[in-house]
Amino acid sequence: MALKLASIFFTMILVDNYVLSKFLGICPFLGVSKKLDSAVGMSLAVTFVMVMATAATWPIYRLLLVPAGMEGTDRDMGYLQTIVFILIIAILVQLLENFLKKFIPALYKALGVYLPLITTNCTILGVTILNLDNGYNFVESIVCAAGAGIGFLVAMVLFSGVRRKVEQAVTPVCFKGLPITLVAAAMTSLSFMGFGGIVEAIFRV
Amino acid sequence: MDMIIMAIVLVTVIGLIGAVILVAASIFMYVPVDERVEKITGVLAGANCGACGCAGCADYAKSIVEDGNAINKCTPGGAQTVAAISEIMGVEASAAASLKAVVACSGTCEKTSKRYEFEGIHSCQAVKGLYGGDGMCKYGCLGYGDCVRACPFDAIHIVDGIAKVDRTKCVGCGACAAVCPNAVISIVPEHKRKPVVLCQNKDKGGDTRKACTAGCIGCMKCAKACPKEAITVENNLARIDQDKCVGCQLCVKECPVGVIHVPAND
Repeated sequence: MALKLASIFFTMILVDNYVLSKFLGICPFLGVSKKLDSAVGMSLAVTFVMVMATAATWPIYRLLLVPAGMEGTDRDMGYLQTIVFILIIAILVQLLENFLKKFIPALYKALGVYLPLITTNCTILGVTILNLDNGYNFVESIVCAAGAGIGFLVAMVLFSGVRRKVEQAVTPVCFKGLPITLVAAAMTSLSFMGFGGIVEAIFRV
Repeated sequence: MDMIIMAIVLVTVIGLIGAVILVAASIFMYVPVDERVEKITGVLAGANCGACGCAGCADYAKSIVEDGNAINKCTPGGAQTVAAISEIMGVEASAAASLKAVVACSGTCEKTSKRYEFEGIHSCQAVKGLYGGDGMCKYGCLGYGDCVRACPFDAIHIVDGIAKVDRTKCVGCGACAAVCPNAVISIVPEHKRKPVVLCQNKDKGGDTRKACTAGCIGCMKCAKACPKEAITVENNLARIDQDKCVGCQLCVKECPVGVIHVPAND
């Protein structure tokens, strides 16, 4: 069990990295990776919300939308998952913001403007939906979400370093700004392809 | 048909439950907010441009009220916004000394001259890179208007070869001071009586005289005249400590080159 959880966790970080392999959440990846501290802040907020969102959506899907044994029947309302999950994530983030403001002002201040920003982040929705597609149980889903968040953090931190180098480099005028950033992102993503199979080899699962 | 109704009911019910939870949460977890924060957010430009250095207008409003941030950082809002905020923040804010840019150079066209003709890019930064500038004085205003282009309030202009601050428009944001390659511009608290030495020349008196007839020659007359010992002469350049100065203006009368002025009265 522990082995499987560890395998899921590290697969999410290295092999199935949401940003660099699944190409979700490219907007914050390009937008907030300019500075290291804001990249870390955003990633921590994303991790936090990913875990909370998974914890909230998994039971709702399994209990309300598609109760056990109802797959494929008339009662299967799995097609509603996108709209329902968006609704739930939006509510959850808002609730979380209120909660943090009241009880953990330090964390609220640290996450700052990134918390409301990630309401509409596609990685959050992606994690919740892919967890169900993969048939993970509740604990596995939570671990998977945490891994996805840490993977996001790794990608953001790595890329903010790459970006600093790019900004100091002399680039041709036609490549200045976003083009060279996208090229750099493509190369970072390409380098992550090298991790393919590494987790299976380590954990032998 | 049943399934359509059920789907609609399900989504509606989830939405309603969410709404109830959020309303309840906003009541139970209400954090009292200083009402001035909301008022200031209202009068700010609302562009969320980040020119003030905060993460959006609401954040800036909060930092004004809670951390005592300066009220004149809203670039798009301009002078109107500053006035509106100072009204909301009460008398203490408007009574506080307002900051204005001061150009510490008196080298107008008739007082100094050029060492060479510069025909490059029309920018102080560019001319500074060529033998330290084209003026006889290497410390003074270059007069190519980097500050004019940097000013978001159209409050600084090149007049008679040097930058001149329009004191009614200046909000003391420091944008001009940041771009000046000679660091001629400083942000000084506005005072009706306290004078400033409008020169940056650190050469010896004789050399300064050759470069500019309005330059500070470091003769020490002002320092001797000052009853409060607010004036010090370092590197052949007089400086007035604004905290010690009482505004008697004896130094203004004493200065042989007439380089000490009260910026507010110019």
